[in-house]
Amino acid sequence: MRNLWLFMQGLDWSPLFISLKTGVVATVLCFFLGTWLAGMVYRARPALKAVLDGVLTLPMVLPPTAAGFFLLLFFSQRRPFGKYLFQAHGIRIVQTWTGCILAAAVIALPLMYRNARAAFELVDENLVYAARTMGMSETAIFFKVLVPSAQPGLLSGVVLTFARALGEYGATSMLAGNIPGRTGTISQRIAMVIQDGDYTVAGFWAAVITLIAFAVIVIMNLVSEDRE
Amino acid sequence: MGLRVDIRKKTGDFQLQVCFETDAGLHALLGASGSGKTMTLKCIAGIMTPDEGQISLDGRIFFDSGKKINLPPQKRRTGYMFQDYALFPTMTVLQNVLAAMGRKKDTGRAADYLRRFQVQDLADRYPGKLSGGQKQRVAMARIAAQEPALILLDEPFSALDSHLKWVLQNEMKSLLDTAGVPAVLVTHSRDEVYRLCSSVCCLQDGISERTLPVRDFFKNPETVTGARLSGCKNVAPARVVDGHTVEVPLWGIRLHFGSGLPADAPARIRAVEIRAHMFHAERGEEDDNVLCVGRYEVLEDPFEWNVSFFAAGNACAPHLSEDLAERGDLWKVIAEEDSAANSFAGEPSAAPLLWRTARDPRRAFTVPEKLYLNSSDVMLLRDSPASE
Repeated sequence: MRNLWLFMQGLDWSPLFISLKTGVVATVLCFFLGTWLAGMVYRARPALKAVLDGVLTLPMVLPPTAAGFFLLLFFSQRRPFGKYLFQAHGIRIVQTWTGCILAAAVIALPLMYRNARAAFELVDENLVYAARTMGMSETAIFFKVLVPSAQPGLLSGVVLTFARALGEYGATSMLAGNIPGRTGTISQRIAMVIQDGDYTVAGFWAAVITLIAFAVIVIMNLVSEDRE
Repeated sequence: MGLRVDIRKKTGDFQLQVCFETDAGLHALLGASGSGKTMTLKCIAGIMTPDEGQISLDGRIFFDSGKKINLPPQKRRTGYMFQDYALFPTMTVLQNVLAAMGRKKDTGRAADYLRRFQVQDLADRYPGKLSGGQKQRVAMARIAAQEPALILLDEPFSALDSHLKWVLQNEMKSLLDTAGVPAVLVTHSRDEVYRLCSSVCCLQDGISERTLPVRDFFKNPETVTGARLSGCKNVAPARVVDGHTVEVPLWGIRLHFGSGLPADAPARIRAVEIRAHMFHAERGEEDDNVLCVGRYEVLEDPFEWNVSFFAAGNACAPHLSEDLAERGDLWKVIAEEDSAANSFAGEPSAAPLLWRTARDPRRAFTVPEKLYLNSSDVMLLRDSPASE
């Protein structure tokens, strides 16, 4: 018991807070962006729908390291866009916490988008038609009819997005690197300490992230059961 | 003025071709399921877009493929009652009514509308907790609150039990009378058409027929589709033999028309219709047709007898002998001659007729050997207009 206490005291806790902060901010971003994009695709013509859906789902099926590579290519300060961001606005993405968020958000966005879109498509389309005949604008229909009716689906999207953003590794390591105390998330810490053969610390962090993911899914199940 | 619809739309193998107009009162679109009724309503409301044609209301153009006009549903001001009512499940009853009021939201007025349809006590409930009848009342209040220029009703009574149906049909009548705008009812029920509507137009496989005043439609539906949709049980293809005689091979009978057939009958007449209650067991008029009852089956209804019988031959005119043995089994002869040419596609070459008669509890019921039919009770039908 005393050993555990000493272990906990000696541990660098920064990965937990970096991961949680990254997860929360990325989830908030994904919620708004993903819901908005899902609304766009929901209303798009079939051909445009197929293309947009492909682009938005890509980060989910691509290896995260490949996604991270593209992000690095885009935001590197040695490339035009990254250079512009830094010189004109003082924004640095690579090797920063902002990079952590961006990587996690890009990887987790498809989960939010797909859940939101599926939820919108489950909404009785007659509700949308009725709203149109009643003179409601498309924006009003989105916020007053579509989003409230799709609430359960949106909620499960949020939970899955958070779980995914929390554990993101591949793209984060490419874009944000692993700077202890700044960009070192739990998953990156696990990979790092394993290289030094430190199974105790790796095991502890693996247990922490498993616990958080499990808790999140249990909460989601409880909430959705509550609705029924 | 009023509502004018003339549209065509193709989706897959289905071809919609609808043309009708209506001024005031309720116009019925009568058709079986899958005949394109709901699609027509959606085109009028602007939820679907026809391929070509025109839709206008009181001179205001909703849709004109020639002039490239297609008003969005938001600007058409139609009160649309969906089959499942489409109440917003995340809004209370009151909020549902308020949502229909556009920019002039007014809780007091919304409450008035709820009171008018006797649902003021449900104002704070969510639609999921309402019964079918309550939902429909809320849907009616919502349409009234919208102050629409046109009301569209998609099978509004199909989900209700028969008693509630009757009550709500009366309330619907009051909604329509108060609104005083043209309205279209989509239905497969002839009873609803008769009770509520002033004009009717049949729809068969996406193609609309001529619009008729409701009373005229039930007197003579004109076409085979109309006859079937108006609830007639006895419809069969027929052939004009001469100026006084029509032959119905499916039933194995010839019908004599004492006052003669119209001059254009041979070109026009394709089928006949006989209402099930038009047969009678005693001779009425002198020139009644006689049908011998062959094999039959009797089905009991609460207030009626239904006799499904095969005509075992008939003497088509009173001046011919009623002794049918002498004439042989006429129906057999005809059936053999023309069974393939004259039977409806996929139907047997001999079909029974249905005779329906009121029950008299004081008397035992026996099926008579002969039934009589006046030729004035036989409707002559033409073909339904075919797809172009």
